[in-house]
Amino acid sequence: MFLQQLVNGVALGSVYALIALGYTMVYGIITLINFAHGEIFMVGAFIGLLLVSFFKVNVFVAIIGAMIFCMIMGVLIELIAYRPLRKSSRLSALISAIGVSIFLSSLALMVFGADAKGFPDGAFPVHQIQVGSADISTLQLLIIGVSALLMMALEFIVQKTKIGKAMRATSEDYNTSALMGINVNRIISFTFALGSALAAAGGVLVGVLFNAVSFNMGLMAGLKAFAAAVLGGIGSIPGAMLGGLLLGVSEVFGVAIGYSSYRDAIAFTILVLVLLVKPTGLLGQKITKKV
Amino acid sequence: MADFLNSLVGAVDPYMMQILVNIGIAIVLALGLNVIVGLTGQLSLGHAAFMSIGAFTSAMVTIKTGLPFSLNLLVTGVVTGIVAAAIGFPILRLTGDYLAICTLGFAEIVKVFFLNFEPTNKALGLTVPPAKTMIPMPIYVWVVAILSIVLVTFVQSSRFGRALKAIREDEIAAEAMGINTARYKIQAFALGSFMAGVGGGLYAHFLSYINPSDFGFLKSVDILAMVVLGGLGSVPGTVIGSSLLASAPEFLRFMSQYRMLVYGALLVFLMVFRPNGLLGGVNFTELLLRAIGKKRK
Repeated sequence: MFLQQLVNGVALGSVYALIALGYTMVYGIITLINFAHGEIFMVGAFIGLLLVSFFKVNVFVAIIGAMIFCMIMGVLIELIAYRPLRKSSRLSALISAIGVSIFLSSLALMVFGADAKGFPDGAFPVHQIQVGSADISTLQLLIIGVSALLMMALEFIVQKTKIGKAMRATSEDYNTSALMGINVNRIISFTFALGSALAAAGGVLVGVLFNAVSFNMGLMAGLKAFAAAVLGGIGSIPGAMLGGLLLGVSEVFGVAIGYSSYRDAIAFTILVLVLLVKPTGLLGQKITKKV
Repeated sequence: MADFLNSLVGAVDPYMMQILVNIGIAIVLALGLNVIVGLTGQLSLGHAAFMSIGAFTSAMVTIKTGLPFSLNLLVTGVVTGIVAAAIGFPILRLTGDYLAICTLGFAEIVKVFFLNFEPTNKALGLTVPPAKTMIPMPIYVWVVAILSIVLVTFVQSSRFGRALKAIREDEIAAEAMGINTARYKIQAFALGSFMAGVGGGLYAHFLSYINPSDFGFLKSVDILAMVVLGGLGSVPGTVIGSSLLASAPEFLRFMSQYRMLVYGALLVFLMVFRPNGLLGGVNFTELLLRAIGKKRK
């Protein structure tokens, strides 16, 4: 029972972590809460669904296709809705992000309709594997595996490549990096591309797991992933992974011990409690106040 | 008197009246949020939670007790304000986005609480009996809206309001000048939530049906958009912002299914072209003085 719920929790949590990474990276660089991120996750799920049901590709190809599509979309959104607002107050950018989010979800409502769509049967072969007392489905293994792979790839890009170094520099100090000859605009676009790709992958995985893709799936998933990013310490990449896993596991355990009608409140209760004790999240840097 | 007011309300087209009342309620709510976000500079993404606390409190007061509506609203506002102060005491220590996400989290918790709360019919929602008053609802709403405008205008230029603005501009400097930032922030939060509660009470009695799901994240965002769109910290701006956004869904109705699409795009473009809001940075007293020729540029 315990092991079973733990696996369920880790599978859900890795998806939260994938989405949370996008929030945290964007926040780390331009301190914007990208409220449209949840909708990118939703669009990713729909693109994956289209690829699987109309082009009959396998799930892995669908994930890659959705990632590429959302990468382009993320960059375009930044270009149209956020870049003109970079010098103005952060609240204006926030409202702009919310506008994008409303736009995307109503677009999806118009194009795909209001009812949840399922993946065709046999999109991914599901088997149950008996491990000790737990039944682990291949689907859960797929989710955990793909998420781990993507997170490792991200960690490699951020830590080992030149553009990753530029990303870290930009998030450390925007103006100084620009003075050092880093093309800050390109780095920001790249960050949006990376974050959106991860969200898209998360979208396809969730779509396959729950076998439901709907126009309003982005809102709650986005809010919870945002909570996960803040829980881990916003701006910190390992923090987002930790926060996502923590929220996923606690949510699943909360439901398992009988609080299923409070499901959506569990994540936020943990968030509020943690912030009261550690105001900058679990792995967040302590900010010293200066005059 | 009551007959006269009733005939006055009856003279206006019911559809227009509905829009006007929506605007009135939006003004009360947005002005409340303006005290928190615009004056004190504390980003709150959970204003709808206080609206829902107000709506349910005032509905329960009407159902359980026979209090006249004006007293009912007062009680509702005070209850909401006390809840806000209790919540604000721990969470207002957080700053910036951490505070924003905390208020968002709190709002979700309140929503889930009401969805599971037996006395208010859980997810079924609550049917609210008519308000105990002789004055027709639309006039009542607008009287409260005008009172709110007066209240916030006075607060803004009072000693209290100046302290709030100091906190908004620079919290550390304000503290160094001897302003008790924690106390003022909690008071501002309580005042803003008081108005949210009153707005929620009006909303409940005007619609006569409330459901916890109506007060979700999107409702908070709606109110925040009104404040930011009109111009942060500006009372006329907030009034215009709320009038525009509260009536926008109606004016966009001819586009039927494209309406929310256009609404989203409109938010983006308004922000891109007027990043400080429609009336941000516009000083009305100066404009007025210039118009009557008292002051040259």
